[in-house]
Amino acid sequence: MAQKPMKKPAKAETSTTGHSWDGIEELNNPLPRWWLYTFYACIVWAVIYSVFYPAWPGIKAATPGLLGFSTRALVVEEIAAVDAKLAPINNKLASVELAAIADDAELQGYAISAGAAVFRANCSQCHGSGAAGAKGYPNLLDNDWLWGGDIEAIHYTVTHGIRNANSDEARVSQMPAFGRDELLERPQIEAVVNYVMSLSGAAQDATRVEEGAVVFAENCASCHGEAAEGNRDLGAPALADAIWLYGGDYATLMDTVINARGGVMPAQSETYRSAQGLSEYEIRAVATYVHSLGGGE
Amino acid sequence: MWNYIKLIVLGLIALLAMIGANYGRDLAYQVNFITIALAALATFVFVLRQTGEPVEPTDETQYMDDVIRAGVIATSGWAVVGFLVGTTIAFQLAFPQLNFEWAQGYLNFGKLRPLHTSAVIFAFGGTALITTSFYVVQRTSAARLWGGNLAWFVFWGYQLFIVLAATGYILGATQSKEYAEPEWYVDLWLTVVWLSYLAVFIGTLMKRREPHIYVANWFYLSFIITVAMLHVFNNLSIPVSVFGSKSVQVFSGVQDAMTQWWYGHNAVGFFLTAGFLGMMYYFIPKQAERPVFSYKLSIIHFWALIFIYIWAGPHHLHYTALPDWASTLGMVFSIVLWMPSWGGMINGLMTLAGAWDKLRTDPIIRMMVISVGFYGMSTFEGPMMSIRAVNSLSHYTDWTIGHVHSGALGWNGMITFGALYFLVPKLWNKASLYSLSLVSWHFWLATIGIILYAASMWVTGIMEGLMWREVDANGFLVNSFADTVAAKFPMYVVRGLGGVLYLTGGIIMCYNLWMTVRRAPAVQASNQFVPAE
Ligand code: HEC
Ligand code: HEC
Ligand code: HEM
Ligand code: HEM
Repeated sequence: MAQKPMKKPAKAETSTTGHSWDGIEELNNPLPRWWLYTFYACIVWAVIYSVFYPAWPGIKAATPGLLGFSTRALVVEEIAAVDAKLAPINNKLASVELAAIADDAELQGYAISAGAAVFRANCSQCHGSGAAGAKGYPNLLDNDWLWGGDIEAIHYTVTHGIRNANSDEARVSQMPAFGRDELLERPQIEAVVNYVMSLSGAAQDATRVEEGAVVFAENCASCHGEAAEGNRDLGAPALADAIWLYGGDYATLMDTVINARGGVMPAQSETYRSAQGLSEYEIRAVATYVHSLGGGE
Repeated sequence: MWNYIKLIVLGLIALLAMIGANYGRDLAYQVNFITIALAALATFVFVLRQTGEPVEPTDETQYMDDVIRAGVIATSGWAVVGFLVGTTIAFQLAFPQLNFEWAQGYLNFGKLRPLHTSAVIFAFGGTALITTSFYVVQRTSAARLWGGNLAWFVFWGYQLFIVLAATGYILGATQSKEYAEPEWYVDLWLTVVWLSYLAVFIGTLMKRREPHIYVANWFYLSFIITVAMLHVFNNLSIPVSVFGSKSVQVFSGVQDAMTQWWYGHNAVGFFLTAGFLGMMYYFIPKQAERPVFSYKLSIIHFWALIFIYIWAGPHHLHYTALPDWASTLGMVFSIVLWMPSWGGMINGLMTLAGAWDKLRTDPIIRMMVISVGFYGMSTFEGPMMSIRAVNSLSHYTDWTIGHVHSGALGWNGMITFGALYFLVPKLWNKASLYSLSLVSWHFWLATIGIILYAASMWVTGIMEGLMWREVDANGFLVNSFADTVAAKFPMYVVRGLGGVLYLTGGIIMCYNLWMTVRRAPAVQASNQFVPAE
């Protein structure tokens, strides 16, 4: 293989090897020089590289390489460097009064940008990357809150989550499944749905609104309020504001009242979810971020 | 006598398969075993009808071309199927609504993606390789295929493998190893078929009437042997039940990952590279009517290629649980692999260089030039992507997808089209193709399709890689994953259009080949041996 490159091939035509297969012949051209030298160069480079980096396996361990390179060590170092740099401000964020974050412009600015990053990685898969929510996942941009929109309430919701098994202090409440559990007759459900629709626009069937109002007062007002204004202690949404978590059309509302709803959000604190949980400063950061989105109280 | 043994064996297979189907614990297994039973019964009837009939003596001085004709037809059909599924999943990525509610669990992206990769690599590529290797080994050995009807067994056995694998995927039987999805019983069947293939190929080489083995055959042989080895090791698994499709891998954790990518990379190296180089070494000199550029280069790049490819697998596992030393080795071997890969490109291009004048008149030559060009490009890109620092950007992104398809569409696709255009007139004794201008159309559609595909994937790949690592002054991530997906949308549409063009080209090819068989003027048959002295 290491043969000296041959003399320049004659311009006209080099000889063939003399074989022929189904009419195919092969010329006797030498290896192109640039090809051969590049090949050698790659081999030399490979050998040198493998001396500097971990490469050759032995019986007990592989050669570590002259540079002491290790991808795992590099990652640990990089993370440690960032942590060290941010430690003072993170500690401050984790220890001040929640309400005081807003008073310190620098801390608040930091919390919002850190919180935005936490949100993208941990919340956007459910609440949407713009926090606008989706069916069953509340919009966090508006001031229509299920459980409360001041910074303490948001902090609590994020820490413990909603209707989950992670945290004993998770927010819980359960709307009864009025149809499935036969608490109401079908006509009653149709009527109450018409009533609920009438609160924010037009009922499907206006003649049944009155009948529905009665059903509502007896069965729903305890949670949703006399005027259907909602109840944050129970996470019961306002039903008169034309903002829907699951949907305000007739079919969806029938489904909601027949089968009930119970949205689940996992607790986010590392106290309840060792591997994937957020630390206190991250929770405060994301709470500050959510609070800053427009609906914060 | 021989026929009676066959009948007994086939009857037994059919019976056992029906028992299997009856006791089967999952739908995929049951459907697969019913398919096996039907295939065995059909063969049974076929053999039965021949039994007792006078046997027409085969003319041992003629090439065995029936099986190659069947292979050409199958290859063309699988091409269209594979490209169609590819185009479908490309649009599913752009428009997730195409994962229809009614098709959930059967035809959603997750089910169709492995169907696509297997349809193009194994059905289209594999059938093309088996078919062309049977053609090439006969012509360059001046010998009829060894083993009589064994070649037919290889052909039909391989088609059965494809059908079992494909229906298995749709119904949920998969080992979840990329490019090695089929479950244990399908793997066992492929092993039988593949060893028969090896036997036919070696048998034919042994009875060759040429003094030397032509370089194309070295490549084909290395492909067949290595794939046998890769297939067996990567599929070592223990079935949970003989009556169920599920099995458990014998390796676990990082060993399993390493075995998988040792397999995966060499599937690229031997299936999509060595095998197709075999194709190139025959069809390019034939079509160009020029001698191969350099014999010496062909030997050296052959041995370098097969020795080095085997070690490059770890570049698929940079920055994972794989130890750093293995990752370094994968990287340096990939860099060293650059020139051996280019040896094939140089030999191809320089062989064509003697026929530049034909470039204007012969669209088939043009396809071959493009093919070798893309081969060179993807084997430059590959070593570059295996450099750890580059891979930290490219890994998990569409850049990999672009790399795959510049190789797959450009190199594998184009060289196969060239070979099919060469073969059909020869096999059906026609003076020429039905229409060269349709070949030109195919050429342009496919070329533009590849460019749209590769360019859009480079853009999205690098873009998403950069977006993923973008951090602000405090080291916080700037983009959510969904942001990167949304940003890719326009390029996903472009890629889908590229697929439509490529698919259209494939359909035009099928039409052209069909019309060649039906309409083109006939010539005298010429499948007698012409051994060189
Ligand atoms: C697995 C999905 C999921 C994830 C992840 C998730 N949430 Fe939620 N979140 C929900 C659901 C569902 C609700 C509504 C529960 C209900 O119906 O009461 C909710 C409710 C909330 C609420 C209460 C809204 C209100 O109107 O009172 C806040 C605040 C909130 N989430 C913030 C976050 C933040 C911040 C994160 C990330 C750290 C996050 N969520 C991650 C599913 C999720
Ligand atoms: C025990 C308390 C309770 C009672 C009683 C109750 N609900 Fe609810 N309701 C809730 C809670 C809590 C939710 C929020 C569920 C969630 O967030 O997933 C809710 C949600 C709803 C919603 C969904 C709102 C949306 O935005 O999509 C509708 C509609 C509704 N209730 C109607 C009724 C009607 C009508 C009745 C009486 C027949 C009723 N509820 C009785 C607690 C109650
Ligand atoms: C019409 C032509 C084709 C189209 C539109 C197409 C489209 C696609 C799409 C959309 C994917 C999935 C990418 C992802 O998951 O992000 C894919 C994967 C793949 N395709 Fe194709 N394809 C085509 C032809 C081919 C051909 C001819 C081959 C091989 C010979 C091939 C080999 C592959 C492979 C190996 C993968 C998996 C790549 C990976 O996992 O990295 N494709 N293709
Ligand atoms: C010297 C030759 C080559 C080298 C060194 C090489 C290297 C690489 C690298 C580094 C990756 C990316 C791995 C990752 O980040 O996950 C890759 C992926 C891939 N390459 Fe190549 N490549 C070469 C040639 C080719 C050719 C010619 C083809 C096809 C015809 C091809 C097909 C593929 C496929 C299918 C994948 C995707 C594997 C997967 O993740 O599913 N490669 N290659």
